[in-house]
Amino acid sequence: MSIGHALLGLLEGGPRHGYDLKRSYDERFGQDRPLAYGQVYSTLARLLKNGLVEVESEPGAGPERKKYAITDAGVSDVGGWLARPEKPEPYLQSTLYTKVVLALLTGHDANDVLDTQRSAHLRLMRDLTRRKAGGDLADQLICDHALFHLEADLRWLELTAARLQQLAAQVRA
Amino acid sequence: MPTEPLLTAEDLHLSFGSTPALDSASVEVHAGEILALMGPSGSGKSTLLHCLAGILTPDSGRVTYAGRDLTALHDNERSALRRSEFGFVFQFGQLVPELTCLENVALPLRLGGASRRAALRSAEAWLERLEVSDVADKRPGQASGGQGQRVAVARALVTRPKVVFADEPTGALDSLNGERVMELFVAAARDTGAAVVLVTHEPRVAAYSDHEAVVRDGRVRAREYVR
Ligand SMILES: Nc1ncnc2c1ncn2[C@@H]1O[C@H](COP(=O)(O)OP(=O)(O)OP(=O)(O)O)[C@@H](O)[C@H]1O
Ligand SMILES: [Mg+2]
Repeated sequence: MSIGHALLGLLEGGPRHGYDLKRSYDERFGQDRPLAYGQVYSTLARLLKNGLVEVESEPGAGPERKKYAITDAGVSDVGGWLARPEKPEPYLQSTLYTKVVLALLTGHDANDVLDTQRSAHLRLMRDLTRRKAGGDLADQLICDHALFHLEADLRWLELTAARLQQLAAQVRA
Repeated sequence: MPTEPLLTAEDLHLSFGSTPALDSASVEVHAGEILALMGPSGSGKSTLLHCLAGILTPDSGRVTYAGRDLTALHDNERSALRRSEFGFVFQFGQLVPELTCLENVALPLRLGGASRRAALRSAEAWLERLEVSDVADKRPGQASGGQGQRVAVARALVTRPKVVFADEPTGALDSLNGERVMELFVAAARDTGAAVVLVTHEPRVAAYSDHEAVVRDGRVRAREYVR
Protein backbone atom coordinates (compact mmCIF):
# COMPACT_ATOMS: atom_id res chain seq x y z
CA MET A 1 0.00 0.00 0.00
CA SER A 2 1.45 3.34 -1.01
CA ILE A 3 0.69 5.61 1.92
CA GLY A 4 2.35 8.54 0.16
CA HIS A 5 -0.04 8.30 -2.75
CA ALA A 6 -3.03 7.89 -0.48
CA LEU A 7 -2.09 11.00 1.51
CA LEU A 8 -1.49 12.94 -1.69
CA GLY A 9 -4.88 11.90 -2.99
CA LEU A 10 -6.54 13.07 0.23
CA LEU A 11 -4.77 16.44 -0.12
CA GLU A 12 -6.43 17.02 -3.48
CA GLY A 13 -9.50 18.08 -1.53
CA GLY A 14 -7.59 21.01 0.00
CA PRO A 15 -4.66 21.82 2.33
CA ARG A 16 -4.62 20.06 5.70
CA HIS A 17 -2.71 19.66 8.91
CA GLY A 18 -0.83 16.42 9.44
CA TYR A 19 -3.09 15.21 12.24
CA ASP A 20 -6.19 15.96 10.19
CA LEU A 21 -4.73 13.98 7.31
CA LYS A 22 -4.01 11.03 9.58
CA ARG A 23 -7.57 11.03 10.91
CA SER A 24 -9.01 11.17 7.45
CA TYR A 25 -6.76 8.31 6.27
CA ASP A 26 -7.65 6.16 9.29
CA GLU A 27 -11.37 6.72 8.78
CA ARG A 28 -11.29 5.67 5.16
CA PHE A 29 -8.47 3.18 4.88
CA GLY A 30 -7.07 2.56 8.34
CA GLN A 31 -9.52 -0.20 9.44
CA ASP A 32 -7.25 -2.52 11.38
CA ARG A 33 -4.08 -0.51 10.88
CA PRO A 34 -4.28 3.17 11.75
CA LEU A 35 -1.23 5.23 10.75
CA ALA A 36 1.33 6.18 13.36
CA TYR A 37 1.96 9.93 13.64
CA GLY A 38 5.65 9.37 12.98
CA GLN A 39 4.77 7.59 9.75
CA VAL A 40 2.55 10.46 8.63
CA TYR A 41 5.19 13.10 9.26
CA SER A 42 8.04 11.13 7.74
CA THR A 43 5.92 10.47 4.64
CA LEU A 44 4.99 14.15 4.39
CA ALA A 45 8.66 15.10 4.77
CA ARG A 46 9.52 12.83 1.84
CA LEU A 47 6.71 14.26 -0.29
CA LEU A 48 7.94 17.74 0.59
CA LYS A 49 11.49 16.92 -0.41
CA ASN A 50 10.25 15.55 -3.76
CA GLY A 51 8.20 18.68 -4.39
CA LEU A 52 4.87 16.84 -4.35
CA VAL A 53 3.51 18.89 -1.44
CA GLU A 54 4.32 22.34 -0.07
CA VAL A 55 3.90 23.84 3.36
CA GLU A 56 1.56 26.71 4.04
CA SER A 57 3.41 28.21 6.95
CA GLU A 58 1.58 29.25 10.07
CA PRO A 59 2.97 31.08 13.05
CA GLY A 60 4.15 28.65 15.70
CA ALA A 61 6.65 25.81 15.65
CA GLY A 62 6.39 22.03 15.41
CA PRO A 63 5.23 19.81 12.53
CA GLU A 64 1.67 19.61 13.87
CA ARG A 65 1.18 23.33 13.19
CA LYS A 66 2.04 23.04 9.50
CA LYS A 67 -0.58 22.86 6.81
CA TYR A 68 0.29 20.79 3.74
CA ALA A 69 -0.94 21.47 0.22
CA ILE A 70 -0.55 19.33 -2.89
CA THR A 71 1.52 20.78 -5.76
CA ASP A 72 0.88 20.37 -9.51
CA ALA A 73 3.63 17.76 -9.56
CA GLY A 74 1.79 16.00 -6.72
CA VAL A 75 -1.48 16.01 -8.66
CA SER A 76 0.13 14.43 -11.71
CA ASP A 77 1.91 11.90 -9.48
CA VAL A 78 -1.45 10.74 -8.09
CA GLY A 79 -2.81 10.55 -11.64
CA GLY A 80 0.11 8.37 -12.71
CA TRP A 81 -0.32 6.07 -9.71
CA LEU A 82 -4.03 5.59 -10.39
CA ALA A 83 -3.30 4.81 -14.03
CA ARG A 84 -0.71 2.12 -13.25
CA PRO A 85 -2.03 -1.37 -12.45
CA GLU A 86 -0.93 -2.96 -9.20
CA LYS A 87 1.36 -5.92 -9.60
CA PRO A 88 -0.74 -9.07 -9.20
CA GLU A 89 0.58 -11.02 -6.22
CA PRO A 90 1.38 -14.56 -7.30
CA TYR A 91 2.04 -15.98 -3.81
CA LEU A 92 4.34 -18.61 -5.26
CA GLN A 93 6.26 -18.96 -2.02
CA SER A 94 3.40 -20.44 -0.08
CA THR A 95 4.04 -21.39 3.53
CA LEU A 96 1.06 -23.69 3.37
CA TYR A 97 2.46 -25.66 0.46
CA THR A 98 5.76 -25.96 2.31
CA LYS A 99 3.98 -27.23 5.42
CA VAL A 100 2.01 -29.83 3.46
CA VAL A 101 5.11 -31.17 1.75
CA LEU A 102 7.07 -31.24 4.99
CA ALA A 103 4.22 -33.00 6.77
CA LEU A 104 4.31 -35.70 4.10
CA LEU A 105 8.09 -35.95 4.27
CA THR A 106 8.20 -36.21 8.04
CA GLY A 107 5.31 -38.64 8.39
CA HIS A 108 2.85 -36.20 9.96
CA ASP A 109 -0.79 -36.24 8.90
CA ALA A 110 -1.02 -33.68 6.13
CA ASN A 111 -4.80 -33.77 6.42
CA ASP A 112 -4.45 -32.39 9.92
CA VAL A 113 -2.40 -29.50 8.59
CA LEU A 114 -5.14 -28.76 6.06
CA ASP A 115 -7.98 -29.17 8.57
CA THR A 116 -6.33 -26.90 11.12
CA GLN A 117 -5.75 -24.26 8.49
CA ARG A 118 -9.28 -24.52 7.18
CA SER A 119 -10.72 -23.95 10.59
CA ALA A 120 -8.45 -20.94 11.23
CA HIS A 121 -9.43 -19.45 7.88
CA LEU A 122 -13.12 -20.04 8.52
CA ARG A 123 -12.89 -18.47 11.95
CA LEU A 124 -11.53 -15.27 10.41
CA MET A 125 -14.14 -15.44 7.66
CA ARG A 126 -16.88 -15.64 10.30
CA ASP A 127 -15.53 -12.54 12.03
CA LEU A 128 -15.42 -10.66 8.75
CA THR A 129 -18.91 -11.82 7.82
CA ARG A 130 -20.26 -10.58 11.15
CA ARG A 131 -18.44 -7.29 10.80
CA LYS A 132 -19.84 -6.91 7.32
CA ALA A 133 -23.40 -7.43 8.56
CA GLY A 134 -23.04 -4.59 11.07
CA GLY A 135 -21.12 -2.26 8.78
CA ASP A 136 -21.65 0.34 6.11
CA LEU A 137 -20.84 -0.02 2.43
CA ALA A 138 -17.14 0.74 2.99
CA ASP A 139 -16.91 -2.02 5.61
CA GLN A 140 -18.71 -4.42 3.30
CA LEU A 141 -16.36 -3.82 0.39
CA ILE A 142 -13.24 -4.02 2.54
CA CYS A 143 -14.43 -7.21 4.26
CA ASP A 144 -15.48 -8.74 0.95
CA HIS A 145 -12.03 -8.15 -0.48
CA ALA A 146 -10.51 -10.04 2.44
CA LEU A 147 -13.21 -12.74 2.25
CA PHE A 148 -12.59 -13.47 -1.42
CA HIS A 149 -8.86 -13.85 -0.79
CA LEU A 150 -9.44 -16.19 2.14
CA GLU A 151 -11.87 -18.15 0.02
CA ALA A 152 -9.21 -18.56 -2.64
CA ASP A 153 -6.88 -20.05 -0.03
CA LEU A 154 -9.63 -22.42 1.07
CA ARG A 155 -10.26 -23.58 -2.46
CA TRP A 156 -6.59 -24.37 -2.71
CA LEU A 157 -6.80 -26.30 0.56
CA GLU A 158 -9.66 -28.43 -0.76
CA LEU A 159 -7.89 -29.07 -4.03
CA THR A 160 -4.75 -30.09 -2.18
CA ALA A 161 -6.74 -32.33 0.17
CA ALA A 162 -8.17 -34.07 -2.89
CA ARG A 163 -4.69 -34.57 -4.36
CA LEU A 164 -2.89 -35.52 -1.20
CA GLN A 165 -2.31 -39.16 -2.11
CA GLN A 166 -0.88 -38.19 -5.45
CA LEU A 167 1.35 -35.58 -3.84
CA ALA A 168 2.48 -38.01 -1.15
CA ALA A 169 3.55 -40.53 -3.80
CA GLN A 170 5.59 -37.86 -5.61
CA VAL A 171 7.15 -36.36 -2.52
CA ARG A 172 8.24 -39.73 -1.16
CA ALA A 173 9.46 -41.07 -4.50
CA MET B 1 -20.29 -27.94 24.79
CA PRO B 2 -22.20 -28.35 28.03
CA THR B 3 -25.73 -28.98 26.73
CA GLU B 4 -27.07 -32.21 25.25
CA PRO B 5 -27.11 -32.17 21.47
CA LEU B 6 -30.56 -31.84 19.89
CA LEU B 7 -29.76 -34.09 16.97
CA THR B 8 -27.12 -36.80 16.79
CA ALA B 9 -25.88 -39.17 14.13
CA GLU B 10 -23.80 -42.05 15.50
CA ASP B 11 -21.67 -44.31 13.38
CA LEU B 12 -23.85 -44.18 10.28
CA HIS B 13 -23.21 -46.56 7.41
CA LEU B 14 -25.12 -46.38 4.17
CA SER B 15 -24.41 -47.83 0.74
CA PHE B 16 -26.21 -47.29 -2.54
CA GLY B 17 -25.73 -50.73 -4.10
CA SER B 18 -21.99 -51.24 -3.92
CA THR B 19 -21.23 -47.52 -3.49
CA PRO B 20 -20.52 -46.67 0.14
CA ALA B 21 -21.90 -43.15 0.76
CA LEU B 22 -21.51 -43.07 4.55
CA ASP B 23 -18.77 -44.97 6.31
CA SER B 24 -19.05 -44.46 10.06
CA ALA B 25 -20.30 -40.89 9.97
CA SER B 26 -21.02 -39.22 13.31
CA VAL B 27 -22.07 -35.66 14.01
CA GLU B 28 -23.92 -33.61 16.63
CA VAL B 29 -26.19 -30.63 16.19
CA HIS B 30 -27.02 -28.43 19.16
CA ALA B 31 -30.22 -26.43 19.57
CA GLY B 32 -30.07 -23.06 17.83
CA GLU B 33 -26.66 -23.53 16.27
CA ILE B 34 -25.75 -23.19 12.61
CA LEU B 35 -23.60 -26.08 11.48
CA ALA B 36 -21.96 -26.10 8.05
CA LEU B 37 -21.34 -29.48 6.44
CA MET B 38 -18.46 -29.04 4.05
CA GLY B 39 -16.36 -31.39 1.97
CA PRO B 40 -15.68 -32.46 -1.60
CA SER B 41 -18.31 -33.48 -4.10
CA GLY B 42 -19.48 -37.04 -3.56
CA SER B 43 -18.13 -37.17 0.00
CA GLY B 44 -21.57 -37.89 1.47
CA LYS B 45 -22.81 -34.49 2.65
CA SER B 46 -26.30 -34.74 1.18
CA THR B 47 -26.63 -38.36 2.25
CA LEU B 48 -25.71 -37.42 5.81
CA LEU B 49 -28.19 -34.53 5.74
CA HIS B 50 -30.95 -36.84 4.51
CA CYS B 51 -30.19 -39.33 7.28
CA LEU B 52 -30.20 -36.60 9.93
CA ALA B 53 -33.57 -35.41 8.61
CA GLY B 54 -35.08 -38.90 8.63
CA ILE B 55 -35.53 -38.90 4.86
CA LEU B 56 -33.07 -41.76 4.39
CA THR B 57 -32.61 -44.64 6.82
CA PRO B 58 -29.00 -45.73 7.29
CA ASP B 59 -28.01 -49.39 6.92
CA SER B 60 -26.62 -49.21 10.42
CA GLY B 61 -26.04 -46.62 13.10
CA ARG B 62 -28.42 -44.35 14.96
CA VAL B 63 -29.98 -40.95 14.47
CA THR B 64 -31.39 -39.43 17.64
CA TYR B 65 -33.58 -36.33 17.73
CA ALA B 66 -34.53 -34.91 21.15
CA GLY B 67 -34.01 -38.29 22.72
CA ARG B 68 -35.98 -40.22 20.09
CA ASP B 69 -34.34 -42.78 17.82
CA LEU B 70 -35.45 -41.73 14.32
CA THR B 71 -34.41 -45.03 12.79
CA ALA B 72 -36.78 -46.90 15.12
CA LEU B 73 -39.87 -44.82 14.24
CA HIS B 74 -42.57 -45.94 11.81
CA ASP B 75 -42.64 -44.14 8.48
CA ASN B 76 -45.77 -42.17 9.36
CA GLU B 77 -44.39 -41.15 12.75
CA ARG B 78 -41.22 -40.02 11.06
CA SER B 79 -43.06 -37.91 8.49
CA ALA B 80 -45.19 -36.34 11.21
CA LEU B 81 -42.05 -35.44 13.11
CA ARG B 82 -40.46 -34.02 9.94
CA ARG B 83 -43.53 -31.88 9.30
CA SER B 84 -43.74 -30.43 12.80
CA GLU B 85 -40.09 -30.13 13.84
CA PHE B 86 -38.04 -29.77 10.65
CA GLY B 87 -37.84 -27.34 7.75
CA PHE B 88 -36.10 -27.82 4.40
CA VAL B 89 -34.39 -25.60 1.85
CA PHE B 90 -32.85 -27.19 -1.21
CA GLN B 91 -30.98 -25.82 -4.19
CA PHE B 92 -34.13 -25.66 -6.29
CA GLY B 93 -37.35 -27.37 -7.12
CA GLN B 94 -38.91 -27.57 -3.68
CA LEU B 95 -41.78 -25.18 -4.35
CA VAL B 96 -45.06 -26.44 -5.78
CA PRO B 97 -45.21 -24.93 -9.29
CA GLU B 98 -49.04 -24.80 -9.45
CA LEU B 99 -49.40 -22.72 -6.27
CA THR B 100 -48.57 -19.04 -5.83
CA CYS B 101 -45.55 -18.16 -3.73
CA LEU B 102 -47.86 -17.08 -0.90
CA GLU B 103 -49.77 -20.37 -1.03
CA ASN B 104 -46.48 -22.25 -1.07
CA VAL B 105 -45.42 -20.63 2.18
CA ALA B 106 -48.86 -21.20 3.72
CA LEU B 107 -48.89 -24.87 2.70
CA PRO B 108 -46.90 -26.36 5.61
CA LEU B 109 -49.20 -24.56 8.06
CA ARG B 110 -52.29 -25.86 6.25
CA LEU B 111 -50.87 -29.38 6.37
CA GLY B 112 -50.35 -28.86 10.09
CA GLY B 113 -54.05 -28.05 10.49
CA ALA B 114 -54.06 -24.23 10.54
CA SER B 115 -57.03 -22.37 9.09
CA ARG B 116 -56.62 -20.93 5.60
CA ARG B 117 -56.90 -17.38 6.91
CA ALA B 118 -54.33 -17.80 9.66
CA ALA B 119 -51.96 -19.66 7.35
CA LEU B 120 -52.09 -16.94 4.70
CA ARG B 121 -51.65 -14.17 7.23
CA SER B 122 -48.58 -15.82 8.67
CA ALA B 123 -47.21 -16.57 5.19
CA GLU B 124 -47.58 -12.91 4.24
CA ALA B 125 -45.54 -11.85 7.24
CA TRP B 126 -42.81 -14.31 6.34
CA LEU B 127 -42.63 -13.15 2.74
CA GLU B 128 -42.30 -9.60 3.99
CA ARG B 129 -39.53 -10.58 6.35
CA LEU B 130 -37.62 -12.21 3.49
CA GLU B 131 -38.25 -9.09 1.39
CA VAL B 132 -40.25 -10.86 -1.32
CA SER B 133 -43.80 -9.60 -0.72
CA ASP B 134 -43.90 -8.54 -4.37
CA VAL B 135 -43.92 -12.14 -5.63
CA ALA B 136 -46.71 -13.27 -3.27
CA ASP B 137 -49.23 -13.74 -6.06
CA LYS B 138 -46.80 -15.08 -8.64
CA ARG B 139 -46.09 -18.72 -9.34
CA PRO B 140 -42.55 -19.88 -8.44
CA GLY B 141 -41.76 -20.15 -12.16
CA GLN B 142 -42.38 -16.42 -12.52
CA ALA B 143 -40.01 -15.47 -9.71
CA SER B 144 -36.24 -15.08 -10.09
CA GLY B 145 -33.87 -17.65 -8.63
CA GLY B 146 -33.03 -15.42 -5.68
CA GLN B 147 -36.67 -14.62 -5.01
CA GLY B 148 -37.56 -18.31 -5.24
CA GLN B 149 -34.92 -19.20 -2.64
CA ARG B 150 -36.24 -16.56 -0.26
CA VAL B 151 -39.73 -17.96 -0.68
CA ALA B 152 -38.27 -21.40 0.06
CA VAL B 153 -36.61 -20.05 3.22
CA ALA B 154 -39.92 -18.49 4.29
CA ARG B 155 -41.64 -21.80 3.69
CA ALA B 156 -39.01 -23.67 5.72
CA LEU B 157 -39.31 -21.32 8.69
CA VAL B 158 -43.05 -20.61 8.71
CA THR B 159 -43.78 -23.55 11.02
CA ARG B 160 -41.04 -22.40 13.43
CA PRO B 161 -39.12 -25.66 13.16
CA LYS B 162 -36.42 -26.70 15.59
CA VAL B 163 -34.06 -27.69 12.78
CA VAL B 164 -33.78 -26.41 9.22
CA PHE B 165 -31.91 -28.60 6.73
CA ALA B 166 -30.44 -26.65 3.85
CA ASP B 167 -28.60 -28.32 0.96
CA GLU B 168 -26.67 -25.78 -1.12
CA PRO B 169 -29.41 -23.16 -0.60
CA THR B 170 -27.48 -20.57 -2.59
CA GLY B 171 -25.93 -22.99 -5.07
CA ALA B 172 -27.72 -21.58 -8.09
CA LEU B 173 -27.35 -17.89 -7.19
CA ASP B 174 -24.70 -15.28 -7.93
CA SER B 175 -22.66 -14.15 -4.97
CA LEU B 176 -24.56 -10.95 -4.19
CA ASN B 177 -27.93 -12.71 -4.24
CA GLY B 178 -26.55 -15.70 -2.39
CA GLU B 179 -25.21 -13.51 0.38
CA ARG B 180 -28.50 -11.69 0.80
CA VAL B 181 -30.35 -15.00 1.02
CA MET B 182 -27.87 -16.20 3.65
CA GLU B 183 -28.13 -12.97 5.65
CA LEU B 184 -31.91 -13.13 5.77
CA PHE B 185 -31.97 -16.88 6.33
CA VAL B 186 -29.46 -16.81 9.19
CA ALA B 187 -31.06 -13.78 10.86
CA ALA B 188 -34.49 -15.40 10.73
CA ALA B 189 -33.17 -18.74 12.00
CA ARG B 190 -31.44 -17.03 14.91
CA ASP B 191 -34.60 -15.08 15.73
CA THR B 192 -36.74 -18.19 15.86
CA GLY B 193 -34.05 -20.23 17.61
CA ALA B 194 -33.93 -22.84 14.85
CA ALA B 195 -30.76 -24.89 14.40
CA VAL B 196 -29.53 -25.04 10.82
CA VAL B 197 -27.67 -27.86 9.12
CA LEU B 198 -26.18 -26.19 6.09
CA VAL B 199 -24.54 -28.20 3.31
CA THR B 200 -22.29 -26.03 1.23
CA HIS B 201 -19.02 -26.20 -0.66
CA GLU B 202 -18.69 -22.42 -0.67
CA PRO B 203 -16.50 -21.08 2.15
CA ARG B 204 -18.18 -17.69 2.06
CA VAL B 205 -21.53 -19.37 2.70
CA ALA B 206 -20.02 -21.56 5.42
CA ALA B 207 -18.79 -18.36 7.08
CA TYR B 208 -22.41 -17.70 8.14
CA SER B 209 -22.26 -20.79 10.37
CA ASP B 210 -21.14 -21.15 13.98
CA HIS B 211 -19.16 -24.34 13.34
CA GLU B 212 -18.16 -26.55 10.49
CA ALA B 213 -17.95 -30.30 10.11
CA VAL B 214 -15.95 -31.62 7.19
CA VAL B 215 -17.17 -34.76 5.45
CA ARG B 216 -14.64 -36.82 3.55
CA ASP B 217 -15.12 -40.32 2.15
CA GLY B 218 -18.38 -40.74 4.04
CA ARG B 219 -16.90 -39.80 7.38
CA VAL B 220 -16.87 -36.59 9.42
CA ARG B 221 -13.30 -35.47 9.85
CA ALA B 222 -13.23 -32.25 11.78
CA ARG B 223 -15.63 -30.32 13.86
CA GLU B 224 -14.39 -27.15 15.42
CA TYR B 225 -15.89 -25.36 18.37
CA VAL B 226 -15.08 -21.69 18.24
CA ARG B 227 -17.81 -20.06 20.28
N1 LIG C 1 -29.64 -42.12 -4.89
C1 LIG C 1 -28.39 -42.55 -5.08
N2 LIG C 1 -28.14 -43.68 -5.78
C2 LIG C 1 -26.89 -44.14 -5.93
N3 LIG C 1 -25.79 -43.53 -5.46
C3 LIG C 1 -25.95 -42.41 -4.77
C4 LIG C 1 -27.25 -41.85 -4.54
N4 LIG C 1 -27.11 -40.72 -3.83
C5 LIG C 1 -25.79 -40.57 -3.61
N5 LIG C 1 -25.09 -41.57 -4.17
C6 LIG C 1 -23.63 -41.76 -4.09
O1 LIG C 1 -23.23 -41.63 -2.73
C7 LIG C 1 -22.05 -40.88 -2.60
C8 LIG C 1 -22.31 -39.65 -1.74
O2 LIG C 1 -23.23 -38.80 -2.41
P1 LIG C 1 -23.77 -37.43 -1.81
O3 LIG C 1 -24.86 -36.98 -2.70
O4 LIG C 1 -24.10 -37.63 -0.38
O5 LIG C 1 -22.48 -36.51 -1.97
P2 LIG C 1 -22.33 -34.93 -1.70
O6 LIG C 1 -21.22 -34.79 -0.73
O7 LIG C 1 -23.63 -34.34 -1.35
O8 LIG C 1 -21.84 -34.42 -3.11
P3 LIG C 1 -22.16 -33.03 -3.89
O9 LIG C 1 -21.29 -31.99 -3.25
O10 LIG C 1 -21.71 -33.31 -5.28
O11 LIG C 1 -23.61 -32.76 -3.78
C9 LIG C 1 -21.61 -40.55 -4.02
O12 LIG C 1 -20.67 -41.50 -4.41
C10 LIG C 1 -22.88 -40.66 -4.81
O13 LIG C 1 -22.59 -41.04 -6.14
MG1 LIG D 1 -24.95 -32.98 -2.32
